[in-house]
Amino acid sequence: MSRASNFPPPFSTAEFVAEPTDPADERIEVGILVVGAGPAGLACAIRLGQLIEENPDVAERLGEVPVAVLEKGKQPGSHLLSGAVVDPRGLRRLLGSRYRMEDLPTFGLVPAESVYVLTRHTALPIPPPPPMRNHGNWIFSLSQLGRFLAERAEEGGALILPETSAQKLLALHGRVVGVRTGDKGRNRDGGELGNFEAGSDLVAKVTVLAEGTQGHLTGVALDRFGLRGDDPQVWELGVKEVWKVARPLDRIIHTLGWPLRTGKRYREFGGSFIYPMGEDMVTIGLVVGLDYRDASLSVHDLLQELKTHPKIRRILAGGERVAWGAKTIPSGGFHALPSPLHAPGLLLCGDAAGMVNIPRLKGVHYAIESGRLAAEAAFRAFQRGETPASAVASYDAAVRDSFIWSDLYEVRNMRQVFGHGFFVGGALASAMTVSKGRVEVGKLPAEPDADQPLLVTDRDVSYPAPDGKLTFDKLSSVFASGNKTRDDQPNHIRIERRVPKEVAQMWAHMCPAQVYEIGAEDADGTVRVELAPSNCVQCGAITAKGGRLTPPEGGSGPEYTVT
Amino acid sequence: MRFLVFAEQHEGEFVKNSLGVLSKAASLGDADAVVVGADAGLAPELGKHGAKVVHVAAGDDTLAPPLPQPRVDVIAGLAPDYDAVLFGQSVLAADVAAGLAARLDAGLNWDLVDVELQDGELVGKRPALQDSVLVEVGWKSTPALALFRSGAFDPKESGGEPEVRDVDVQLEDFSTKVKMVEQAHAEESSGPSIEDADVIVAGGRGLGSPDNFTLAEDLAKALGGAVGATRAVVDAGWYPYSAQIGQTGKTVSPKLYVALGISGAIQHKVGMQSSGTIVAINKDPNAPIFEFSDLGVVGDLHEIAPKLTELVRARKGS
Amino acid sequence: MRIAVCVKHVPEGSSHIDPATKRLDRSGEGALNHFDANAVEEGLRLKGDSDTEVVAVSLGPQQALDSLRKALAMGADRAVLVSDDGAAGSDLVATSRLLAAALEHEQPDIVLFGQQASDADGAVLWAAVAERLRRPVVSQAMELSVDGGTVRVKRQTEFGYDTLEAPLPAVVAVSDAINEPRYPSLKGIMGAKKKPQDVLSLTDLGVDPGEAGEAGSRTTVLALGDPPARGDARKIEDDGNAAQAIVDYLAEKRLV
Repeated sequence: MSRASNFPPPFSTAEFVAEPTDPADERIEVGILVVGAGPAGLACAIRLGQLIEENPDVAERLGEVPVAVLEKGKQPGSHLLSGAVVDPRGLRRLLGSRYRMEDLPTFGLVPAESVYVLTRHTALPIPPPPPMRNHGNWIFSLSQLGRFLAERAEEGGALILPETSAQKLLALHGRVVGVRTGDKGRNRDGGELGNFEAGSDLVAKVTVLAEGTQGHLTGVALDRFGLRGDDPQVWELGVKEVWKVARPLDRIIHTLGWPLRTGKRYREFGGSFIYPMGEDMVTIGLVVGLDYRDASLSVHDLLQELKTHPKIRRILAGGERVAWGAKTIPSGGFHALPSPLHAPGLLLCGDAAGMVNIPRLKGVHYAIESGRLAAEAAFRAFQRGETPASAVASYDAAVRDSFIWSDLYEVRNMRQVFGHGFFVGGALASAMTVSKGRVEVGKLPAEPDADQPLLVTDRDVSYPAPDGKLTFDKLSSVFASGNKTRDDQPNHIRIERRVPKEVAQMWAHMCPAQVYEIGAEDADGTVRVELAPSNCVQCGAITAKGGRLTPPEGGSGPEYTVT
Repeated sequence: MRFLVFAEQHEGEFVKNSLGVLSKAASLGDADAVVVGADAGLAPELGKHGAKVVHVAAGDDTLAPPLPQPRVDVIAGLAPDYDAVLFGQSVLAADVAAGLAARLDAGLNWDLVDVELQDGELVGKRPALQDSVLVEVGWKSTPALALFRSGAFDPKESGGEPEVRDVDVQLEDFSTKVKMVEQAHAEESSGPSIEDADVIVAGGRGLGSPDNFTLAEDLAKALGGAVGATRAVVDAGWYPYSAQIGQTGKTVSPKLYVALGISGAIQHKVGMQSSGTIVAINKDPNAPIFEFSDLGVVGDLHEIAPKLTELVRARKGS
Repeated sequence: MRIAVCVKHVPEGSSHIDPATKRLDRSGEGALNHFDANAVEEGLRLKGDSDTEVVAVSLGPQQALDSLRKALAMGADRAVLVSDDGAAGSDLVATSRLLAAALEHEQPDIVLFGQQASDADGAVLWAAVAERLRRPVVSQAMELSVDGGTVRVKRQTEFGYDTLEAPLPAVVAVSDAINEPRYPSLKGIMGAKKKPQDVLSLTDLGVDPGEAGEAGSRTTVLALGDPPARGDARKIEDDGNAAQAIVDYLAEKRLV
């Protein structure tokens, strides 16, 4: 049986760590550099703005540009995608004195909730188990929240630089001194187009990596500085849509079971979420652990299949799809957290550092809290009596004292006990009884997703043919993500191009954006993998399953607005 | 309703769009025409298309070249006698119509595909948002200025002999400052560029191999059009990026779009969906392109395209 | 020399028309109209290393400052925004009046426009502005050079290529074939904030409110409807005669 990990991509960490090369007067210097304008990065920038206002004498030492936030998407929010039902703790600590939850772009408190175990035709309700209770949580579009937080960060004095990718870590004498931004205006052969603009060295005393899931420089840093945790990180892939609907949905819904298969050999763990977004919109998504084994599994197509379930069809009846997107979620939990969470001159936050509570399916409030704590640590680096080293190291202690640590520690074994049954917590036993054993559990060792041996079934036969009304093909979905990536640029996906057929099949089905296609077959049974990189929505699944995603030209990728 | 139609001519030949607009105006009310930079000899053709009066501002050095600002002066002098001044879209006509709008503080609606009288008021219709909506527009002034999309109306012959009047031309000083150093002539070129082409033949992966692009090229040549390509074949290196049509390539709206072996994914569709007539040849009966083509042909393009090319050549030769 | 470039902040992503006002919903994100980037680029090329000043001018809501800053990040020296609630809903007549008033203040030697606005598809604004400024206008420029007090333009029309000349001050609209706009460098983006950005109201311009916005417009939007149907679509299967069937169809439509 083939394993994707036997065909590693052409990628080396050394390629992405360099010393600054721009002449000193060309280098751009900022006080604190944040990579990623997501909830973690923006929380960091907002907290820094508050600290700067409260401590003008320290602030002076941050220089002309005290805080800069790099964002590879077209604007903050363009690459943000989540459910999202958000625990307000993080937002309250960050903004509580100036904003109430009602002032934020939220769709309100969770009104009620249900959990169902699905079969092809039935939906069996089970009581929402304790980790799943969402009373007191708020419904958001993460993309919209990102735009709101970006405005607050700018008000606080942060400079946000969209359409700017962070390509390399800049390091001197074992210390991170900043990042090098990506080039713009190269053609697909790597040559320079008429409007070629080389990247720049951006140097700072402290660099905060808040790149989100599969963060590029975070991955580089984990290797370069030996920060990997006890367990290897693993991921889930979520594909979701936003719909305008005819009738309001009065509760949040989670489902388990169909269309995922319960047989142990398939290792298909996950579930769906359906959340109301106000009176006239609903978001529906399917999340599946990337340690699945069937090369024919396509999360996008399973989502399309899910929508044909009678209960779900009814929710969407009379509506129309207005958005689509995909993103991975780190699910390794406590044991996969980097250790430590810092390196000289560097701090790691949010999803990039794996701060996600899978049994609760929550990560946004940890991202926000970690960004806030990173701001405090980074700011200390500029205070008298502190060295940058001691300031940066204080971050780990702060995280350990926070609810991030205690929460993740509390659920640290749930993954082992429940596999990826992330919706079902302590009441799994009762759920099993009620569902007559349709929900499978077992103790699973922690292995990288790409190590899973592959098998091939004819599962794809049951994927619905897209009808353009309820079900959709991948290409039109990529269009619905707002993706307008410039075609004539270098390929940003590192992947072994000649692999056994089932590995290529796995990639082709895995990718929600139809980036990979099976090309010509060779005499020895291997096939060539063909790529359409401009389809890529940068979900990160490929990195989990044997390839490596790097950032394309700044501004590329989806333009999410309501995801 | 009294209409004045700008009858655009180049080197003695009227632009088809102008004749179409004139025919439409004549069907709605009294239509007169104005010709600039040519002599009265052209008037009968305008009469044939429905003009009652043809105003002629004959050619001399300042009026002969197709420059907009002197035309604004000519038409501004005539416009107060009319309820509406109509133009067929062209680079020249757009500049004239807009200059006239500023001169007269008169409303200009453009990209119209139709116009009608509702309760004695002129109402225009134009598509918007990449042809996904149809908007009805009106005017709050007289004269109403209207610029019509290419091909909105077919020229119809209906009228007879027109009355010819010479225009007493008063030119503003700034109107004559632009000098034509070298003028374009409608001549045989190596084929129109993709954006200007009236006909485009585009090839997709269904062509099978880069060599088969000759099928598209031959057909394009026979039809007098340009060659386009989908993102997939450009990605594969079969054809240059300059020919790519679609969301991340060029947007075109020729009168005729022939799609060979193109599936019709939305990324391609948005680049050509407002083409006048779309003919698609694809062997897959479920290809999405058949949902928005005017004539869909399920068959083998390798057999159909060469035959089609021959038939078109024969027809044009005759 | 002073070069003024007129730019527009247009809605990004999928636009829709607000059924209540029947106007384009401009509340979402916006960006610099990509055709105007060609005009900014051309202005910067003409400037080169000289001390020619490139001023970016726009009419729009406060958010239009974002697009003006993009022009500044590319290298423009100064930005002027005409922004006033009373200017919302301006049609060509009103827009050209406001822009011309702003440009009169600037007295530029050259006024540059881009191909068209992606939200209005008009390709008409420059001719109206030139009329109000009483300046010569040339459109669809794909090559542009300035020598002494004359601008020389190569342009493309339906008939091929013309070469024209006009004395400065002049108005030139460039086509998107003229150049490939540069990406702003990080230094440019960071320096943009410090460059002068003026916001002018109708009063600052000396324009009467009755001459701007809907009051100053001479066209109206009456109704929204479904798009024109594509007419009857036909689908046939090749039985050996498809080529002939296609030719007949094209002949019927007078396309061949």
